[in-house]
Amino acid sequence: MTRDSRLGRWITSLPPLVYLLVFFAAPAAIMLFASFRHPGDYGGLAPWFSRGPEGLQLDLTLDNYRRLVESPVYLRLFAKSLGYAVLSTGICLLLAYPLALVIARSAKKWRDLLVLLVILPFWSNFLVRIYAWMILLSPGGALTAALNWLRALVGLEPTSLLFTPTAVVICLVYVHLPFMVLPLYANLEKHDLALLDAAQDLGASRWQRFLKVTLPLSMPGIYAGSTLVFIPVLGMFAVPDLIGGTRGIMIGNLIKQQFLESRDWPFGSVLSMVLTVGAILLALGAALLARRGGGARAQS
Amino acid sequence: MPRAESWLKLAAGAIFAFLYLPLAVVVLFSFNDSRLNAEWVGFTLDWYRVLFADTEMLNAALNSLLIAVISSAGATTLGTLAGLALHRYRLRVLPALVLAPIAIPEVLMGVSLLIFFIMLNMTLGTLSIILSHITFCIGFVAIVVQSRLAGMDESLGEAARDLGATPFQAFRLITLPLILPGILAGALLAFTLSIDDFVITFFTAGVGSSTLPLQIYSMIKIAVTPEVNAVSTLLMCLTLVLILGVSRLSPGALRGAETLKGDETP
Repeated sequence: MTRDSRLGRWITSLPPLVYLLVFFAAPAAIMLFASFRHPGDYGGLAPWFSRGPEGLQLDLTLDNYRRLVESPVYLRLFAKSLGYAVLSTGICLLLAYPLALVIARSAKKWRDLLVLLVILPFWSNFLVRIYAWMILLSPGGALTAALNWLRALVGLEPTSLLFTPTAVVICLVYVHLPFMVLPLYANLEKHDLALLDAAQDLGASRWQRFLKVTLPLSMPGIYAGSTLVFIPVLGMFAVPDLIGGTRGIMIGNLIKQQFLESRDWPFGSVLSMVLTVGAILLALGAALLARRGGGARAQS
Repeated sequence: MPRAESWLKLAAGAIFAFLYLPLAVVVLFSFNDSRLNAEWVGFTLDWYRVLFADTEMLNAALNSLLIAVISSAGATTLGTLAGLALHRYRLRVLPALVLAPIAIPEVLMGVSLLIFFIMLNMTLGTLSIILSHITFCIGFVAIVVQSRLAGMDESLGEAARDLGATPFQAFRLITLPLILPGILAGALLAFTLSIDDFVITFFTAGVGSSTLPLQIYSMIKIAVTPEVNAVSTLLMCLTLVLILGVSRLSPGALRGAETLKGDETP
């Protein structure tokens, strides 16, 4: 039996393990390594070994990291991407909370359908969802027309929304909203509603019930949803690329540019490594906070 | 039981409108008899006619289909094995390797695969796209299969073993038929993810190969025309059918995959 199970263990785990080591772990390791290399004369990387006084040597450098830290342009772009991510996550939370609450408090037979309705647009092609906003935000589009009508009322010049940071944030929110709704709903659905009744009996108003009962209980859902929105937004390049114009670019666009246009792999790798490590740290931080929030729930 | 108040329901309705109106506009203007996506002029099917005469678009669509079929087959095989392994054995490396590709931003996986293929001196094209798609789909299949296994009665397999079945017989005759809906759901999910993927394909396609999303990208990068609306509408219909298939086969699979699409710490 134990021999069977050892065999089964290898048969099932080895093929995916090998595949993922080759096509996921190895590329990631190469990228980490590339971030400490010199760029090649014609793009890409310099030769792995150089002939020095002591024969073949592998020269690694911190220059690429130094270039990032010393350049205000790149640091500002990182800060801007963080800003977009914070803003989109915040707006997603504001929109998702009422939606998740309504779904969680609706009759049981409707809940699955409502959740499916939240997920469905998410499964339409990513580019199609961006394209939809290109139409709405274009100079002739409905949203721009509405905005310009409002601006005309207060005597302002007409404006265009497409290719602005505003367009980027709207689209980032739209693309990531389900990521926030689902974990929030999963959390809100589990709340013991007797707690709200108890609070009401003790004289708490609606707002007090929300602020003192529902909101604290939903903190793990808020952390989970925020991570799910924040991390992909941080690495986004397609949304700013298509509707951000020159003012709306993010760190993902710089990474793309380093690899496909300037062909500076080492610097592109540095940017990618910083983004990856940042994303992992944020995810771990949020998981930690959520666990602490979960602990508080157990006590209450 | 406290019910949602009416103003809250109103807000929820507005947010549903926010989710659906943009897509409705895309569909609506695909039937509009005007080159501009601005004003309703009249009903026409011309944009679908233009679309079906566009050989570049059709080639890209066929290529997408080919890539999605092969990569979902590969990812389903490897992902099912991974799901079985994750369910049955306590492993250290595999769980992290299965979840990590789902957790990191897509751009990073795209660029790391790009430099990987170039360093191997591989010509970027259909093959590199397929290899990349398998990589990011394995995790989704594994999770769907694992969740199916988790809801399964383990004693059935043990009973088969007690009755003298070899481990392989027990797997083929008992476990496999029981988890088949999970495997099919995983396969459909992988197919959908592959046919819809833009970011990773963008980096691993090179100049030799185009897919439907890449074709749409280059079209909307240049100009917004109703032909894009038409192809978008068809793509939405296809995805809708696939997704309803997945949710029929494995209820809850979508939500799990959805939550995991961004991060491993839901």
